[in-house]
Amino acid sequence: MAHGTTSVNANSPDYIAAAKQVERPPLVGGGHGFHWITEKICSIIECDTPRWWWIAFFITGAISLLVPLSLIYLVSTGIGTWGLNHPVGWAWDITNFVFWIGIGHAGTLISAILFLTRQKWRTSINRAAEAMTLFAVICAGIFPAFHVGRVWFAWFLAPVPQANAIWPNFRSPLLWDVFAVSTYFTVSVLFWYTGLIPDFATLRDREVKVWKKKLYHILSFGWRSSNRQWKHYEMAYLCLAGLSTPLVLSVHSIVSFDFATSIVPGWHTTIFPPYFVAGAIFGGFAMVLTVMLPFRKIFGLEDLITEKHIDNMCKIILLTGSIVGYAYLMELFIAWYSGNPYEKYAFWNRALGPYWWSYWGMMICNVLIPQLFWVNKFRKNVVAVWIIVWGPNIGMWYERFVIIVTSIHRDFLPSSWGMFKPALNDITLFVGTCGLFTWLFLVFIRFLPVIAIAEVKGVVPEADPHFHGKEDPKGGHHV
Amino acid sequence: MSNAPVYGVGAEFKSATDLYHAAEVVRDKGFKWWDTYSPYPIHGMENAMGTGKSWVSMFVLGGGMTGFTLGISLESLTSIPRPEFLKDIQSGWLLDLFYPLIVNGKPYWALPAFFPVMFELTILLSAFGAIIGMLICNILPRLNHPVFNWELFCKRASDDSFFLIIEAADPLYAEEETKKLLEELGGTQITVISK
Repeated sequence: MAHGTTSVNANSPDYIAAAKQVERPPLVGGGHGFHWITEKICSIIECDTPRWWWIAFFITGAISLLVPLSLIYLVSTGIGTWGLNHPVGWAWDITNFVFWIGIGHAGTLISAILFLTRQKWRTSINRAAEAMTLFAVICAGIFPAFHVGRVWFAWFLAPVPQANAIWPNFRSPLLWDVFAVSTYFTVSVLFWYTGLIPDFATLRDREVKVWKKKLYHILSFGWRSSNRQWKHYEMAYLCLAGLSTPLVLSVHSIVSFDFATSIVPGWHTTIFPPYFVAGAIFGGFAMVLTVMLPFRKIFGLEDLITEKHIDNMCKIILLTGSIVGYAYLMELFIAWYSGNPYEKYAFWNRALGPYWWSYWGMMICNVLIPQLFWVNKFRKNVVAVWIIVWGPNIGMWYERFVIIVTSIHRDFLPSSWGMFKPALNDITLFVGTCGLFTWLFLVFIRFLPVIAIAEVKGVVPEADPHFHGKEDPKGGHHV
Repeated sequence: MSNAPVYGVGAEFKSATDLYHAAEVVRDKGFKWWDTYSPYPIHGMENAMGTGKSWVSMFVLGGGMTGFTLGISLESLTSIPRPEFLKDIQSGWLLDLFYPLIVNGKPYWALPAFFPVMFELTILLSAFGAIIGMLICNILPRLNHPVFNWELFCKRASDDSFFLIIEAADPLYAEEETKKLLEELGGTQITVISK
């Protein structure tokens, strides 16, 4: 602008005052430098294990033991130890599968889509969000693997030549799911690990114990922080972000195909892929805030995960929550407008049938509660945010329950109608995966840097090679 | 120590700006075997160093094409009847490869239904291409490197400092002159690094 036709004196006090007003809040608060960032994040790992961590570790560890116990009971006795039966053959297990896999999507959105759209605020939350993705996908994978019934035949899903010469059915959405979820997990691990390489180098350079130093050195592949290396590293990272973006959209679309390609009223809808993806991001961001706000408080990371970050995440929840709300209304409209009596009945039954409480629970938690984020005061209040995000956390579980159970508990013939009640083993397995998720996250925050050190350093003002001191009102962008 | 083989001479710079400008000068002088070090990737450094674009993307393309080919051939061959020219093969695993079945009333070769698996395999192998390409281009893993002989470098290169190292292998390298050059560019802690 200074080179435009109107002459503006960039050094006048008025100009500087005006520039200050429109300035964006810094991504790293408190004006901290590089060394502070290293110190802050590494000290979380290097300090003595806090007592609260051990307590939480043992409690969640005990809860996650429910997973192997429930599975042993399930496999040794039979799939009947779940409450599944005709006509509700998909119930809590598929609900939980879709619930957990959806939670993972926010991590990939933050790491990939926000990277491609150059949202620099992603840097302080992407590491923890990606870790959350991995742990959520681990929890998700347990359910379909054991839902196949005879789990020792689960390898039939892999396209390997077998004695009986039959190949998997490549035309089936359930097989697409196998490929989508396993690709998603693998690529998420690769992406996450790539981000960790320079941070392992930082940990190595600070470590005094020889064995730990060697371990970090090996884990970092001998990273030297050289700019010839950074060049290839950045290209690989960019490509991974570019690959993960269509991948994450495809994964939940394919999960929705499990339903949408069937002829069950309530499932057979073309709106499912975008609706599922929006819902996944919605529920995922809620979970990111649920796990991130406590450790932000405990470790005093307020200058790294600032109010601005929380504000942005609340706005994404508001946006995706509204998309989900729109999809609910559109489903109802199409059920009426299609004139299809089965479709009409399916939705009437959802809202007013025996499972009405789950439908209205979903509506309140997913559509109404997040609307509170229109109010600036709620977005700025950490406690309020943490309470509000439990709406989507619970609501998104209800959503999958509503879609799955209410659609199939009324079959085409009234003689085949039935109800689903969860058995004890359904409940223990789900609670167990919640424990497992939290336990894995606790282990993660103790042993790995919870914030991407190198990436956060890249977004402080001094990181710009054209930076000319903090008092420069034009920032670092000289022409 | 003075007789030990020399890897190069290095200097510390106090900011990204200083390192960037130093890199521009070293590039213009025509040095080939040198590198800059920073705790995070400096935006635009590849231009300041004149190293050009990274071709890791080619590995990604290669991985993607392999994945796509693998996906489409896996799905097609296992779904179609055995072609005429392979009718005579009676042994080996080709016997089990072709297994035409009509499922869901779809044709043997149902391209729309094959799309998801093709897509996922393309992404999967592209991602492996990105990682393997990055490791190959960077010649990693490499655990032993002369730069780690410089104690100050080990302490601060991944923390908060910026380094420029010119290797003795460079044709323009001359210990005293190179030291002087780095000093003129604003470098401090100028050190000769042994191999």
